[in-house]
Amino acid sequence: MNIPGSGLAKGLAVTLRTMTKRSVTAQYPEVQPELPPRTRGVIALLEENCTVCMLCARECPDWCIYIDSHKETLPAAEPNARARTRNVLDRFAIDFSLCMYCGICIEVCPFDALFWSPEFEYAETDILELTHERDRLREWMWTVPPPPALDPAAEDPKEIAMARKAADKLAAAAEAAAAEAVAAGPAGGEPA
Amino acid sequence: MSLLDTLLRCVAVVVVFLTFPLIIGQTEHKVMAHMQGRLGPMYAGGFHGWAQLVADGVKFAQKEDVVPLDADRRVFQLAPAVALLPYMLVLLVIPVGPEGFVGQAVDAGLIFVLAVMGIGVLGSLMAGWASANKFSLLGGLRTAAQLMSYELPMLLAAASVAMAAGTLSLPGILGAFHWWWVPWQLIGAFVFFTAGLAELQRPPFDMPVADSEIIFGAYTEYTGLRFAFFLLSEYAGILVISALTAVLFLGGWHGPMPESLGWLWTLLKTFALAFVVIWLRVTYPRLREDQLMRFAWTCLIPLALLQLAITGVVKVAIS
Repeated sequence: MNIPGSGLAKGLAVTLRTMTKRSVTAQYPEVQPELPPRTRGVIALLEENCTVCMLCARECPDWCIYIDSHKETLPAAEPNARARTRNVLDRFAIDFSLCMYCGICIEVCPFDALFWSPEFEYAETDILELTHERDRLREWMWTVPPPPALDPAAEDPKEIAMARKAADKLAAAAEAAAAEAVAAGPAGGEPA
Repeated sequence: MSLLDTLLRCVAVVVVFLTFPLIIGQTEHKVMAHMQGRLGPMYAGGFHGWAQLVADGVKFAQKEDVVPLDADRRVFQLAPAVALLPYMLVLLVIPVGPEGFVGQAVDAGLIFVLAVMGIGVLGSLMAGWASANKFSLLGGLRTAAQLMSYELPMLLAAASVAMAAGTLSLPGILGAFHWWWVPWQLIGAFVFFTAGLAELQRPPFDMPVADSEIIFGAYTEYTGLRFAFFLLSEYAGILVISALTAVLFLGGWHGPMPESLGWLWTLLKTFALAFVVIWLRVTYPRLREDQLMRFAWTCLIPLALLQLAITGVVKVAIS
């Protein structure tokens, strides 16, 4: 049974309830937003890890990563060895006016040189200034949060799992050797 | 009554007239914002935007005062004053506390109040006619239609209180007030308050200024200070309607505290009703023009007549 006017009363109740709740307005310049971990703010570069393999630049869908490098010859470590060459990074720039924040470069980097940073206050007044060079990208590295802890029930990270496997194998081998030694023990004295 | 006394009362009314509508306006900013999950003004004045309306006033004062070429200049320029001043006059006769705590006690106060408030609506009618703008004219005509249909239930509801008290003087009505008048005159209070809202053109009865249909109705062509006067008259109108409802139907200064604090009760009731006005604005969407008319003629007027009948029967029964 609908009492006439109950809908009107319901409307009043809704607005009154909303008034007693906290408003959702974010007072951004005064109060920094609380961003979730893994926020895709900007791409940071840990250039020490970069080997100039160019995978990121090639995988980038809109080609917004610019990499320049040169080769450097290292003197041979041993007298008869060949001289080694290695790549030296000269320029690493990302044009954030083109970047669409797909994160493929970060996924594809085999040496963990690229990371998502939650930093987002890098607006510029000129579109050309949105091409950020390696020093700026390196600075953003300091804003990258540590990776979130794994869930309690999650399986171990690959490195740890492999290390444990190897350790288990070694332990099993040592045990087997010990057991063999013990089994050989009672019949001891005989020449092998 | 000495000259000084008269002067003091006039100054007090002007001060109330200039400050209370601003308080209501600021309350509306904040209450509406929070009812919509926002914060409202936060910067002006430093603390939670308390000076927002002052800033608005400064902005309005700086704007160019434009009068359209085809407008009826005199009427166009006069309209904001006609809309605004009646509310100040009404404030003069509304009793705040017992024993002469009123700008000027008028014997036929109720009639004076209702008559003068009718003039206020003329302001928007003048504005709509003089603007030489189709939308303004539409707004003005809607104002006129609204005035026609809502003045009647308002008068009937007020008449019911006058009948109950046996007097037309506002302090006299309050003098005769008993607490059981509130349930007795409940229907009348509803009719009076609703019709008052419609007369103020407040949402959900704001078809005369319906900005999504006819731009801003009668105020479309107004700029600067004149526009600000129209806005101010709306808030002064809220103050007047709330105060009148409090005085006529909620017992004004009567309340569970010594008589000397009566003015506090009047203010409390007035601001509580002003909050309700804001609350209704936030909650309900605008009615359609024909719904508005139907509501007045098929709902409010029969209710007002019913209230009159109840008042009469009870009055005869207890006398």
